Amino acid sequence: MDPAAAKLIGAGLASIALVGAGVGIGTIFGNYLQGALRNPSAAPTQFANLLLGFALAEATGLFGLVVALIILFVF
Amino acid sequence: MAVIEAAFAAEEAAGGGHGGTAGGMPDPMHQFEIKRIIPLELFGFDASFTNSALFMVIAATLITLFTIYAMRGRALVPTRLQSVAEISYEFVANMVRDNVGTAGMKYFPFVFTLFMFVLALNMLGMVPYSFTVTSHIIVTFALAAFIFLGVTLIGFVKHGAKFLKFFVPEGVPVLMLPLLVVIEVISYLTRPLSLSVRLFANMMAGHTMLKVFGAFVVALGFLGGWAPLAFMVAFTGLEILVAFLQAYVFAILTCIYLNDALHMHH
Repeated sequence: MDPAAAKLIGAGLASIALVGAGVGIGTIFGNYLQGALRNPSAAPTQFANLLLGFALAEATGLFGLVVALIILFVF
Repeated sequence: MAVIEAAFAAEEAAGGGHGGTAGGMPDPMHQFEIKRIIPLELFGFDASFTNSALFMVIAATLITLFTIYAMRGRALVPTRLQSVAEISYEFVANMVRDNVGTAGMKYFPFVFTLFMFVLALNMLGMVPYSFTVTSHIIVTFALAAFIFLGVTLIGFVKHGAKFLKFFVPEGVPVLMLPLLVVIEVISYLTRPLSLSVRLFANMMAGHTMLKVFGAFVVALGFLGGWAPLAFMVAFTGLEILVAFLQAYVFAILTCIYLNDALHMHH
C-alpha cells in the first residue's frame, strides 16, 4: 500500500476514539439528569462533579485526535 | 512542541512554504505557529522572545493588574470589580478546602496562581487573532511536570519512605500485589502526561475546529455560509465554556494529586 494512503487511513481510524468519548459524555449527562430529576435538591451540589466528569470523558476522545495528528505529521 | 513544529515543517513542505493556505483551504494549523518577536540566543539555546512568551506576559500582567486594581479599595461592601476578585479567590479556596482539606491551604497560593494563569491563557486564546499558549504541549507539559515533581516531593518530605506505600493497595491478596503495584506505578507516572495532553488537546482541537468551520463559511459563500456561521457562534460559546472548564479541571486535578501526597488514602 502507498505509505501516504496508509497514513491517512490510520489517522482516520484514530478518530474512532470519538465513539468512546460520545458514549462517556452521554452516560455522564444522562445519569446526572436521572439523578437530578429524582432528587432535584441534591443536583446543584453535584454540578462540579458533572463538569469534571464531562471534561475527563471528553479528553479521552481528544487523545485519539492527538494520535491522529502524530500519525499525520510526525511519521 | 516538537509535534507541532514537525507538523509545521510538514505543512510548510506540502503547502510550498506559503504558510497561510494548504490545498486551497486556509490551513487550520497556521494559528499555532510560533513567531520570534525578539530573536535571542543564550548559550547555544534559542531563547527568543516569541508570540507565545508575549501572551504569557500579557496574561500574567492582566491577572496582576486585575487583582491589585480590584482589591485597592478593600471595602467591606465590595464594588463590582472587587467582588469578581473575591469570587475567584473564594472559588479556588473552596476547591482546595474541599479536595485537600485545611492542611492543603498552605498550597492555596500555588493553585490560585495556576488556575488564574491557565484561565487567562485559555480566555486570551478566544480573542480573534490572538495566540493560544495552552495549545502547545510543551507549555502544558512543563506545568504538569512541575506539578508532578512538586507533589511527589511533598509526598516524600511529609511521609518519608512510607510514601512508597501509596503504590501498594490495601486489602489485596499478596499474589496479586506484583501486578497491582506495577499498574499503580504506571498510572502514577502517566499523571503528568494525561494532565498536559488533556489541556493541550482540548485547546488545540477546539481552535482547529473553529478555523475549519471558518473556512467552510468562506467556501460556501454568501448563500450557503450561514449554516456553518451559526454553528460557529454556538461553538464559540462552547469553547469559552471549555476554556474555563479545562482551567478548572487542571486546578482540581492538581488539588487531587496534592491530596494524595498529603493524606495518602485512595
